[in-house]
Amino acid sequence: MNDVELIAVTKRYGGGAVAVDGIDLVIPPASYTCLLGPSGCGKTSTLRMIAGHEEVSEGDILLAGRNVTALPPAKRGTAMMFQSYALFPHLSARDNVAFGLRMRGVAKVERLARADKFLELVHLSHLAERLPAQLSGGQQQRVALARALITEPRVLLLDEPLSALDPFLRAKMREELKRLQRELGISFIHVTHSQEEAMALADLTVVMDHGRIAQAGPPREVFEKPASSFVARFIGGHNVLARAQGSFAVRTDRMRLAAAGNGPQHAGQVSALEYLGAAVRVVVAAADGTEAEALLADADFHAAPVALGQGATLVWDLADEHALAA
Amino acid sequence: MPGRLGRGLLTALFVAFVLFLYGPTLTIVVLSFQGPDGGLTFPMNGVSLHWFRRLFERQAVGDFGASITRSLALAAMVTLATVVISLAAGMAFRRRFVGSAALFYLTITSLILPSILVGLGIGLAFNQAEIDTHWWGSALGAQLTWTLPFGLLIMLAVFNRFDGAWEEAARDLGATSWQSFAHVVLPIVAPSVIGIALFGFTLSFDEFARTMLTAGTDNTLPLEILGMTTTVTTPVLYALGTASTLVSFLAIGLALALLWRARRQRA
Repeated sequence: MNDVELIAVTKRYGGGAVAVDGIDLVIPPASYTCLLGPSGCGKTSTLRMIAGHEEVSEGDILLAGRNVTALPPAKRGTAMMFQSYALFPHLSARDNVAFGLRMRGVAKVERLARADKFLELVHLSHLAERLPAQLSGGQQQRVALARALITEPRVLLLDEPLSALDPFLRAKMREELKRLQRELGISFIHVTHSQEEAMALADLTVVMDHGRIAQAGPPREVFEKPASSFVARFIGGHNVLARAQGSFAVRTDRMRLAAAGNGPQHAGQVSALEYLGAAVRVVVAAADGTEAEALLADADFHAAPVALGQGATLVWDLADEHALAA
Repeated sequence: MPGRLGRGLLTALFVAFVLFLYGPTLTIVVLSFQGPDGGLTFPMNGVSLHWFRRLFERQAVGDFGASITRSLALAAMVTLATVVISLAAGMAFRRRFVGSAALFYLTITSLILPSILVGLGIGLAFNQAEIDTHWWGSALGAQLTWTLPFGLLIMLAVFNRFDGAWEEAARDLGATSWQSFAHVVLPIVAPSVIGIALFGFTLSFDEFARTMLTAGTDNTLPLEILGMTTTVTTPVLYALGTASTLVSFLAIGLALALLWRARRQRA
């Protein structure tokens, strides 16, 4: 049975603005799903509707086959981790984690013992007595995670969980989230605007735009076969180019600097040059202003370097072109 | 950095300010320990607790004990009503409801109106309705027109900074609306609620202008003191001033102790 199923779910706000426009989505059991898109695409509204913190205007939400559209958050079998963490400032880490059990009337000794178990799960046992204000951002996040998990949800909902962390911590926390999801064997639904995060974590990537699903599939499929120019641009690593027959995408790592030949090519001047360590990013602007970029292995670039403003031609194989719907 | 002269001037100004602020109170405190034969002015004619003892005896004119009791009871009622109503109103104003803006301005208006006019109006209205004015009725209402706007403004500022995600998190973890209020909202805003209580108490305890025309036949302490300044000519008045200052300090001390305890529980 699928963990979550959205059927024609729509969210309309007071002024008539449509945040989510009739989306259908099936999330398989024990999977990691990333809702990905630019701000205002409806990803957070979708997550909040699954959580029960936002009313559904139209459509149905099923959790483990049960229609939960009208149920309050705590009756759904979901738990949510908030972007700001929303830790209760007057309670210690342990009491924060135990809160859900306290509301359910679990006796003090038992709930504190279980809170300690979940603090151990996120490696925070030694800081159980601390107040949120005495914890670092990363530690606060672990408390929030433990607090959400103690209710033993079938689906954990995470609203931009990594956006407040510094890049080093973000990478560590990313591994941690994936590890927890595997260990617990439950589904995680994770909202993010970072395609890198989605690719690193997701079993299922759902790219959203203007309240609709632009593409849903495994990250590799989305990256290799973007469904539209929007997806190709948003997921990154692609040039979206047009020809009389229609537009197509070519991965930037499939472009090469070469002399003009008979194959497909993009000629112009080098308009940007970025050294990225293992690779070099070269942007070539054609006379009509269209830009295309190549991500070159550093050894390849340094074997035949170009300079900013210099004339250059990018070439690729026809086989690397991926036709786009729009 | 100001120069030597500037610093000297600033220090002098500060000393003058502090003297102006606390000098009169200190003078009264000192004079309240006047000896039994002392008068209303310096010099001190011995040192004694005579006038404090006299405070609790029957006075030729006026009655301290009863008016203090009334003032304390009234302040307690005002405090309780102010805290409960401000907190509830603060919660209500987090959502926009029909007429919320009008209600807000109406509430604030009673801060701006001259107190004496508010008191006069309430007194007249009771008179017209042929209801007797009492310190526990009309005066209670009159004082609330003074303390409630303060309480509401504080509560609005508090909830302005209140993260709604806390309540969502509580709801997500299975709390009912009431549990979320009791276990999350109230503990978080508790220091401000104590502040409002303190505010309400002190505003009520020495309120004068609004109470004067609404208290009816029985006087509160400030009204009693006013009545006595014209007739009483002994340092017993000073003893009263010292005693009531002490009550205010005790109230503030109690509130600070509560705050300190709340903070210690968190740490």
